[in-house]
Amino acid sequence: MKLLLENAQVEGIRYYETYRKTGGYRAVEKALKMTPDELVEEVKKSGLRGRGGAGFPTGMKWSFLAKPEGVPRHLVVNADESEPGTFKDRYLMEFLPHLFIEGMIISSFALGSNTSYVYIRGEYAWIPDILEQAIAEAKANGWLGKNILGSGFDCEIYVHRGAGAYICGEETALIESLEGKRGNPRIKPPFPAIQGVWMRPTVVNNVETIAAVVPIINMGGEEYGKIGVGRSTGTKLMSACGNLKRPGVYEIPFDLSVEEFIYGDEWCQGIANGKKLKACIPGGSSVPILPANLLLKTAKGETRYMNYESLSDGGFATGSMLGSGGFIVLDEDQCVVRHTMSLARFYKHESCGQCSPCREGTGWMYRILKKIEYGQGTMADIDLLWDIQRRIEGNTICPLGDAAAWPVAAAIRHFRDEFEWHILNPEESQTRNYGLAHYADPLEVVSA
Amino acid sequence: MIQFSQEKMTKVKEIIARYPEGKHKSALIPVLHLAQEEFGGWLDVPVMDYVAEILSIKPIEVYEVATFYTMFNMNPVGKYVLEVCQTGPCMLSGSDQIISHIKNKLGIAEGETSADGLFTLKPAECLGACGYAPMMQLGKHYREHLTIERVDAIIEELRAAAKN
Repeated sequence: MKLLLENAQVEGIRYYETYRKTGGYRAVEKALKMTPDELVEEVKKSGLRGRGGAGFPTGMKWSFLAKPEGVPRHLVVNADESEPGTFKDRYLMEFLPHLFIEGMIISSFALGSNTSYVYIRGEYAWIPDILEQAIAEAKANGWLGKNILGSGFDCEIYVHRGAGAYICGEETALIESLEGKRGNPRIKPPFPAIQGVWMRPTVVNNVETIAAVVPIINMGGEEYGKIGVGRSTGTKLMSACGNLKRPGVYEIPFDLSVEEFIYGDEWCQGIANGKKLKACIPGGSSVPILPANLLLKTAKGETRYMNYESLSDGGFATGSMLGSGGFIVLDEDQCVVRHTMSLARFYKHESCGQCSPCREGTGWMYRILKKIEYGQGTMADIDLLWDIQRRIEGNTICPLGDAAAWPVAAAIRHFRDEFEWHILNPEESQTRNYGLAHYADPLEVVSA
Repeated sequence: MIQFSQEKMTKVKEIIARYPEGKHKSALIPVLHLAQEEFGGWLDVPVMDYVAEILSIKPIEVYEVATFYTMFNMNPVGKYVLEVCQTGPCMLSGSDQIISHIKNKLGIAEGETSADGLFTLKPAECLGACGYAPMMQLGKHYREHLTIERVDAIIEELRAAAKN
């Protein structure tokens, strides 16, 4: 079942006329006849969880918004999509801009935001034009501006471009950046719902979360909540990449097995070039990497599914997270040490430098991983890496510290033998990769 | 003299109007993008001072922001900046080979500009095109599904464009 991408292939869906013909903006008509509180209630009933990575219930986040008399409130959409492996919001904004704008209008009304902003990463430099055209079309047709549909509600939407900083995906860093400052995360509390942008109550939501508000209003929160599995309601956009035969953006039902997603004809169609699956990071670079056997089945031997609960089954010892839906696949020829080194370099580059454990620790981890990768490592380095990541986790203002620590921890946890092999075979490791080695063929593991 | 064109100045005013009164500092990053476009692809100190002046903020408020964000160049760059993504998913798809090919072909190291002033190689961290890797950003747009041959073709295309 497709709730977001249903009409993604319709020719001309990027433009107003076509979008309207396919039933677009019906949800705005419906929403403006309801009260803001009723809308928040619908979103609560839907069970929608934030699609940016943390998975926090959206309706609950909305209900925290402070409403002091005479102080404007703002909806700010987080389109800073920068988590390695994630490119789904880009797809939504590029191909279904009106769906996104429709979601923003409803959400702005529900939250009482008369001026809402889209904070988009600066590198997506061609997308603001697409969004601004959709905004202009919506405005020309009376869906934005003053007194929308005679409801008395005024709303303007502006697109604000960032300039290249992963940290600005963290909501308080995003707010600082929107204020024209460095993207240094703020200490919470106060939470943005009380004091956000310009010290006004603010809700920051991911692009996909906001788009999901449209089907929720169209079908009703309760109906939406019936789709999915347990606390994973609705559908999820996955961006699949790495060594897959058919990478791309997919809208998945939450009862899809991981195996079906990787190998199914309708989905990624297996590993590229007929190779074997070695490992996967299922929810964006920050979540733990899993070896093939633990990816396809849980430690208890049950089938693993593409939803919040199943992917995190086993905690960090044997599980991972759905995160942002950035699904990164490594084939048998990939080197986990090199891949982890690449991610460590990313976090070193993206640390804002505010907290010492992250600022110093990310660089330290990168340098040690580089040393191991290039055949200069010692066994003590593995323990040192473990020690550093442990001292970063939980000791920083924002979650970037955790995000930098987890990939290193999981790589050591599940692939320690590969690190050791690099250290024991410094020359050989420069000419060939470790391969699958300690796993049986993952497909055999599944059928066993 | 450093001064925005009439057209860009209109754009600056339009951007400032997007934010509440007195919150014009919010326009800083969008205006820096305009400045970088207008004044040679990088932000020299006098350019940043000019931006501070038109936004009525202190120069230091501009410097500290400009140096924080990767997209702002603090040094002169070539006519074309090849920003090749090198993060995890791109690396799995062969970005290392793309980067070394560009280095060899143009005789430059990371961050350097070719002798003819045409190309700067600027390895980038995740640009959100992981499913279409390897890739690079070239100005406003992405070039995806890169191969050695495609990189050669892009470089030829840009050399030809520079002549015209």
